[in-house]
Amino acid sequence: MELVKNVVCPFCGTLCDDIICKVENDEIVGTYNACRIGHSKFVHAEGAMRWKTPMIRQGDEFVETTYDDAIEKAAQVIAGSKKPLMYGWSCTDCEAQAVGVELAEVSKAVVDNTASVCHGPSVLALQDTGYPICTFGEVKNRADVIIYWGCNPFHAHPRHMSRHVYGRGFFRERGRSDRTVVVVDPRESDSSKLADIHLKLDFNKDYELVDAIRTVMAGHEILYDEVAGISRETIEEVVDALKNAQFGCLFFGMGITHSRGKHRNIDTAIQLVQDLNNFSKWTLIPMRGHYNVTGFNQVCTWETGYPFCVDFADGTPRYNPGETGSNDVLQSNETDSMMVIASDPGAHFPQKALHRMAEIPVIAIEPHKTPTTELADIIIPPAIVGMEAAGSAYRMEGVPIRMRKVVNSDLLSDKQILERLLVRVKELKASK
Amino acid sequence: MSEIILTPKEQPTVPLEAANIRPDVFAGKTLDEIKELDIMYGNAIVKLGEFFEVAGESSELPKITIDGDVYNTKRIGQGMTDGEIHIKGNVNKYVGLEMKGGIITVEGDADAWAGQDMEGGELVIMGNAGDYVGSAYRGDWRGMSGGLITVHGNVGNEIAEYMGGGKIVVKGNVNTMPGIHMNSGVLIIEGNVVARTGGEMAGGTIVVKGVIEEFLPGFKYLGVEKNIEVEGEVIPGAFYKFEGDLAIKGAKGTIYAAVAGNGHIAP
Repeated sequence: MELVKNVVCPFCGTLCDDIICKVENDEIVGTYNACRIGHSKFVHAEGAMRWKTPMIRQGDEFVETTYDDAIEKAAQVIAGSKKPLMYGWSCTDCEAQAVGVELAEVSKAVVDNTASVCHGPSVLALQDTGYPICTFGEVKNRADVIIYWGCNPFHAHPRHMSRHVYGRGFFRERGRSDRTVVVVDPRESDSSKLADIHLKLDFNKDYELVDAIRTVMAGHEILYDEVAGISRETIEEVVDALKNAQFGCLFFGMGITHSRGKHRNIDTAIQLVQDLNNFSKWTLIPMRGHYNVTGFNQVCTWETGYPFCVDFADGTPRYNPGETGSNDVLQSNETDSMMVIASDPGAHFPQKALHRMAEIPVIAIEPHKTPTTELADIIIPPAIVGMEAAGSAYRMEGVPIRMRKVVNSDLLSDKQILERLLVRVKELKASK
Repeated sequence: MSEIILTPKEQPTVPLEAANIRPDVFAGKTLDEIKELDIMYGNAIVKLGEFFEVAGESSELPKITIDGDVYNTKRIGQGMTDGEIHIKGNVNKYVGLEMKGGIITVEGDADAWAGQDMEGGELVIMGNAGDYVGSAYRGDWRGMSGGLITVHGNVGNEIAEYMGGGKIVVKGNVNTMPGIHMNSGVLIIEGNVVARTGGEMAGGTIVVKGVIEEFLPGFKYLGVEKNIEVEGEVIPGAFYKFEGDLAIKGAKGTIYAAVAGNGHIAP
């Protein structure tokens, strides 16, 4: 058995870079340091099924085919569409994403990543109001007040708290006991059990609570004695705790990005952090899910000027989440073909969007059998980045990290598949 | 005034974008020239005549009547400066986008972003409208700056977002966040509002004649005023007056909420 050290985990946005993989006969058989979710990804959890060759749907069945045939058929679908949608991108490397954005431009497609159903509202809000962010290193070494708003890192990002809250830092030598942890969540969660202050606010009242906190912080009286189920006195105590921090960090998740108001909740939360900088040093970090969801937003921004939901219909990038998002074009029946890569909308999209996916040709570039591949007409299996292929990814706060190749694979990488698809779509478009 | 009548043929599933349907583009063009104007069908450019029958009489500034339902056509009247468009059915997104003058009447419903970044003219929607009526472009902090939008039905979320001037009147009900980040201008809501009226507003005036279900804590209560005057117009009745949103530094926005039905939001 061989031990491969300093492997980067291709699961969540925490992008832990200290994993040790146990390798036997060119297969990962175990890990050290990884959380249970990361471990399952490395060793392929029981029941997971890999596609070994490209597949094409014939009637109700899939039949095996070659890469050449699958890529040719996929290129024909894309080149013949009036409004193709290219969705996913968050579980692959930045190099593949860059080719993907070019493919979208050449195909005059709509390109969107999983942010549009997770931290898209955060991206919209940071365009409106700014992005006072820091790195994990600063949180670990400096932060003495940490807020988790609308997220449950104990289960969703299992090593997040152990690395940045419980971990000892340069100015926080005692680790957890040097820090105050605030959890804002309507529910009791395993994360809230570890908090010093748990603000158990009413459902869908995040905006109201932030409004009250900001009003009190600006030195004004709030209109009511209780806001979002939290008393005026508690709000005043929290404001004192936040103002007196030496270095604070707000981590926020789906509980605030997708409760009522969506991007407006984040808009006001970002401004709360900006207001707090009048008293102390405060920063924020969104709790990004997929390991390279941040990477796509970076790549798409440097390629097109916009982070996600980009529509190339008239040859130039146009951007308006609400119109050019994947769910918008699916639910309004606007799109007439879909390419899914490195994500599983079949499992996560609303039923109305799945109805449209069932009607139109779907191409899935996907290593595993998933609900999306069940809806697909063409399945092209890639090697998995971070295990069978190397590539770059961005951690949730925007630090780029090189993913390692641990074992070999006969399959093409996402980037190679997209490059071949791009060449073929260019030829087909030119011949029209 | 002469009139050009566009009768829609079947609306396709993949939507059309017809920014060229505006009187100042049709001006001086013959019917054949109008049929040859470009519109977008998905990612392809097609001729207007492919999806619309064109009839009527051309002139220097013809009135445009769309005699049917264009529920899957976007951007009608984009940036128009003068003249009149009358739509006898529903319309898709961005009707009257960046409008600078003239008048658009929609007899049916309009989808989201009606009158986005409007600078002047008048937009009348007889049915319902979607989200973001009279809003800003995504990421911009300068929204509608002039003109008048009247919606006779209900509207969605975040109307008058970053509004910087002009007037919006909604006769029906409003979902959440009307007047979010509003800086100036007037928003009059005759129906009810679900929540967050005037969130993060820094200026401007919102009048709600119906019931506000939930109100934000960041406002200051200034008492009851009768027969209020808003930009020269007297609105009869008794109103609670609030100033805010005090979460924003130096905010001077005003919200009037009718006393009838709104006892629960006054302190």
